[in-house]
Amino acid sequence: MANSTAGKAKVAEAAPVNMMAVLAPAVGWLIPGAGHMIQKRWIRGLLLLVSIVTLFVLGLMMQGRIYRANGGDILDILGFVGDLGAGGLYIVTLALDWGQGAIAFATADYGTKFMIVAGLLNFIAVADAYHIAIGKKQ
Amino acid sequence: MTLQLNHFSAAVVFALFASIVFGITHRETTREMVRYGLYCFAMFLGGVFVAGWAMWLLRR
Repeated sequence: MANSTAGKAKVAEAAPVNMMAVLAPAVGWLIPGAGHMIQKRWIRGLLLLVSIVTLFVLGLMMQGRIYRANGGDILDILGFVGDLGAGGLYIVTLALDWGQGAIAFATADYGTKFMIVAGLLNFIAVADAYHIAIGKKQ
Repeated sequence: MTLQLNHFSAAVVFALFASIVFGITHRETTREMVRYGLYCFAMFLGGVFVAGWAMWLLRR
């Protein structure tokens, strides 16, 4: 009983609710790496920004296809979830109507995967920013 | 603007950026981050070579 109470207290201690715990993941999702930068992890944030943005932009340049929200094929939905992780990059790409995909290029499929992976990597970066915000990671 | 990378260079670019993100997000200290990033990069590239040779053997 005492152990259980101590365990709950530890969990509550490890995850205090603060403004940064909400702000960092939100900003980090919108702009890759920004969740780290607003917590003064400048180099980490910059490396994340460069890595994720470069991967996404290379995917676009390779004529990759961007997935849109739809209730169709399960693979399309998974692709959409992956792309959505890129946050602001995904929104801008949709707004400018880029990422139509070109089957004429053999490497276009690589481009599609690059963009999905960029989004998934940003999800990991967002989780990392959250862990820093709650003090679980330095 | 269209970019056409070959299979190997696409794999190297992918490995490089994915390894940077893995290194930063999966480890605590700077030293551990660098080591883990390099480890991931080596594993990605090693996987490319292993898969390449496996496919070459399967084709024969």
